[in-house]
Amino acid sequence: MSQNNKTPHNKNQATFILDGKTIPFTEGQTIIQAAMASGEYIPHLCFNPEFKPHGSCKICTVTANGRQAASCTQQTQADMVVESNTKPINDERRALLQMLFVEGNHFCPSCEKSGDCQLQATAYELNMMSPHFDHFSPDRPLDSSHAEYLLDYNRCILCSLCARASSDVDGKNVFSLAGRGIKTHLIVNAKSGKLADTDFTGDDKAAHVCPVGVIIKKRVGFAVPIGKRSFDEHPISATPHPKVRDV
Amino acid sequence: MNMPTKSKLRIATATLAGCFGCHMSLLDIDERLFELIELAEFDRSPLTDIKTCGPCDIGLIEGGLCNAENVHVLREFRANCKILVAVGACAINGGLPAQRNHLSLSMILEEVYHAQHGLVDGFIPNDPELPLPLDQVHPIHEVVKVDYFIPGCPPSGDAIWKVLTDLIAGREPELGHGLIRYD
Repeated sequence: MSQNNKTPHNKNQATFILDGKTIPFTEGQTIIQAAMASGEYIPHLCFNPEFKPHGSCKICTVTANGRQAASCTQQTQADMVVESNTKPINDERRALLQMLFVEGNHFCPSCEKSGDCQLQATAYELNMMSPHFDHFSPDRPLDSSHAEYLLDYNRCILCSLCARASSDVDGKNVFSLAGRGIKTHLIVNAKSGKLADTDFTGDDKAAHVCPVGVIIKKRVGFAVPIGKRSFDEHPISATPHPKVRDV
Repeated sequence: MNMPTKSKLRIATATLAGCFGCHMSLLDIDERLFELIELAEFDRSPLTDIKTCGPCDIGLIEGGLCNAENVHVLREFRANCKILVAVGACAINGGLPAQRNHLSLSMILEEVYHAQHGLVDGFIPNDPELPLPLDQVHPIHEVVKVDYFIPGCPPSGDAIWKVLTDLIAGREPELGHGLIRYD
């Protein structure tokens, strides 16, 4: 470690530099884990601190010692120089968000998750003023078969958090990603493909991890009015561990 | 001595496939309308009832493109406005009208004019004056170059005012937390 490192932390603790700030980390921590532990925000969607990283959305991309890496999978090394909040990186993140918006059908004004949605809040954070690209307008039917929960596939960003929660925590394998490349899509593990034909319940972890508005609890949609929701009050950067609120 | 009067900016506005909610939001700038009218005058707009757009500094477009006339009006605005601004969800991503995009147009027309319960001898309107619907509803940036965007359904009067005053002052418009909203 360099002698002139002005870290306020225990001098035996290893540190790295994030956007000019000295951040402590422990062995094995990824960049985003160490950043979060110090209250620093790195935009992310498929990462959730409670789950193993998936590294798929690439929103959390940073440059680490000059090379681009997903900060949710890249392990921190002592004296690593990481850049996150820079114009070129934020421009690329915004382009990724714009691609997510045009690939699905994201109609925020009529979405029960609006104001609690991490996709939307991250787009606000990164000043996404338009979707820029041409819309795909895909045809993705709803699944309203379950008595308590609705699946709106139009809003899926393929983060796989529901699949990870269902397999790793609930031990059920209700959700999975099928297909490849642009044809990747969320499926429900039942012969009929319907949620009602699985053992999914509202007590499952999988019911509470969707960062967007795919897994929606029925009959409570607008109990908290638009304008009074998590990210209406604070930008997502000020809530680095956003809890998924049931809407 | 008479000072030469500074020429006012010209602003044009139009609603394409929208609900006029964004225009209502423009009126929500309330008493700031007096300030605006000192700086600018309105060309084509539902507020003036002028039917064609002349050379303008700023064009505000509400709504997406659902028929051929929408495309015609949009192109007229693009040709005449130095700065074109997409106002609201429908102009930016098609909004509510675009929720028909995954359905075929013929199926929709059939459902609305023939098949629905209670329609007796229904027929699909075919008056030559009616603009032809597009097969899908498109946001305006898919057809013309758009300079700035004000998201929201509708954007608040404050958001519209912020962008207008930024543009009039020659600043790059910027909406911070609370003013940038998609709902």
